[in-house]
Amino acid sequence: MLASDVVFMKALTNTVLFVLFVAPIRAGLALLLAVLINQKLKGINIFRAIYFMPVVVSIVVVSLLWRFIYSGQSGLLNNMLGFLSFGAFKPVDWLGNPATALWSIPAMSVWQGVGFHMVIWLSGLQTIPLTLYEAADIEGATTRQKFRYVTRPGLRNTAVLILIVITMQAFSLFSQIDVMTGGGPVDSTQTMVFRAVARGYGQQNIAGGSAISVILFLIVLAISMAQRYLTRERNR
Amino acid sequence: MSLWYHGAGNPTEGEISGTVISDFNASQSDWTVKLEQFPQGAYNDTIVAAAVAGNLPDIIDVDGPNMPNWARAGYMAPLELSEGTLDGFLPGTIGTGRTRSTRSACGTLPLPCSRANPCSKKMASASRRSNNHWAREEFDAAPATLKATGKFEFPLDLSMDDRGEWYPYAFSPFLQSFGGDIMDRTTYTTAEGALNGDAAIALGEWWQSLFTNQYAPGTSQTAADHATGFIDGRYALQWNGVWNALPAIEAFGDDLLFLPAPDFGNGPKIGAGSRQFGVSATSAHKDGASAFIEFATRDKYVAAFSNGLGLIPATASAAELTENYKPGGPLAVFYDLSKARGTLRPVTPGYVVAALEFIKLAADIANGADVADTLDAATDAINADIQRNNNYGF
Repeated sequence: MLASDVVFMKALTNTVLFVLFVAPIRAGLALLLAVLINQKLKGINIFRAIYFMPVVVSIVVVSLLWRFIYSGQSGLLNNMLGFLSFGAFKPVDWLGNPATALWSIPAMSVWQGVGFHMVIWLSGLQTIPLTLYEAADIEGATTRQKFRYVTRPGLRNTAVLILIVITMQAFSLFSQIDVMTGGGPVDSTQTMVFRAVARGYGQQNIAGGSAISVILFLIVLAISMAQRYLTRERNR
Repeated sequence: MSLWYHGAGNPTEGEISGTVISDFNASQSDWTVKLEQFPQGAYNDTIVAAAVAGNLPDIIDVDGPNMPNWARAGYMAPLELSEGTLDGFLPGTIGTGRTRSTRSACGTLPLPCSRANPCSKKMASASRRSNNHWAREEFDAAPATLKATGKFEFPLDLSMDDRGEWYPYAFSPFLQSFGGDIMDRTTYTTAEGALNGDAAIALGEWWQSLFTNQYAPGTSQTAADHATGFIDGRYALQWNGVWNALPAIEAFGDDLLFLPAPDFGNGPKIGAGSRQFGVSATSAHKDGASAFIEFATRDKYVAAFSNGLGLIPATASAAELTENYKPGGPLAVFYDLSKARGTLRPVTPGYVVAALEFIKLAADIANGADVADTLDAATDAINADIQRNNNYGF
């Protein structure tokens, strides 16, 4: 029955696209930020706080703010792009256009969640013994070589954790959709959890909503197990 | 007894409900009512979730068109009111409760207010009309003329930001004026023909043209623009509820014109309906809850809601007590309009899902979806839901 539901199939595709977009970018950006703030500089804690701040703010508040930022009339984003291009940029109704809406939400989600994963990366970075870097320095390794041969193997377990956590979080995309687009325009931002809630509570079809949740659970379980298998320790 | 109410975030509404409750609590010693408020956007889902979990309060408020559904789902119990309590209430505030009471085994009571949407207009070029409705050509010409002036961000504001019950309430009258409907009201068992017939397609194409021509802000309108756009003079015309009339009068005074609803061929239609109080099926104090509701329908409180919120009072006797709806009052015309042209949304438990589909189709068509396909999909979804529920007893 679900397979013949066009909206559900659309939601499934959107969710997968969202995960494919968000998981690598968020993990990569978080690692970059973690490396940047893992330095002994004066006032580095200020940067750590700034990057982490969006995580502390409620996602509903963040979503509401981004609705204003994305506003098609006089939103911050349109104004900024217009200013930077000396007026050449034509205002875009980011959330009102099916072509841009599905990309606007992941972009905002990456920004919102990146701080959390940055902190996990950071904790991973700080468990790597400094002596390894000192040894590398004595050997005359470049910064790039140090990252490749010391940092990367040292972060292996952290990476497994982060990939699984991000994937699971990305699959559960709901709040941003509920606040910012309501699944529109023209189903371009429907997601599985949003469908489950809309079916279960909106249409009072608890069975239908539960069915979607079970499918979601199976997908996430399968992907997590596949990730676990692919990232297992091989050199034993 | 606990009472759940949808008005969180609206201090005036909270204050008036608070007065009714404290007056009731002081008037007798058997029961004490305690108010819990919820944001309107999450209210219906909260009730459904609470019903599933078995945590409903004693008294709930329900939007009129949702009542048959909640009654059939077993959320609500019949009221125990004295004979004649509801005499004199406007049909839009009570029709649902009465016409289906045998079928749904339930009665509810109107919250002391009803609504009708006027088309308010800040004058730019169109002239004051003497006949009491607009033909389609006249209505279509207005936004084009206004847009050409270049003075407005958008010529027409439809409050597209409010993606909830507002859509069927405000826009399904357009569909009815075109000759279609949300579902077939002779049987209530199908939407076929009503929602995807020629009339509906004509409505869909007209509706889409409002957005492709950039006459009205679409679904991405922000709440802030919705709240202030008309008052700030950025929108020229606004299709809105009568509850927004007072702030507009305050802002524009004599420059504000209230215009009648457009006529797309089957007469001008306006939405009507009311929030109502009801007793939950799981309440242990049904008699007390009914007593509270009977207390709250007194003219005094009906008038208080109207004065505070600008809503149309539900009875003529209460109207006389209000500032705006007493004979000769600035909004008195809306009382009669609501009585004469107010159109109920389909009175059936199937309305809840039908309304969600209507919201989706109105948003999707506004966003450029194919009109006929979207209407067919909505019709199929509504029909599937009706079948799944064994025709909802019809």
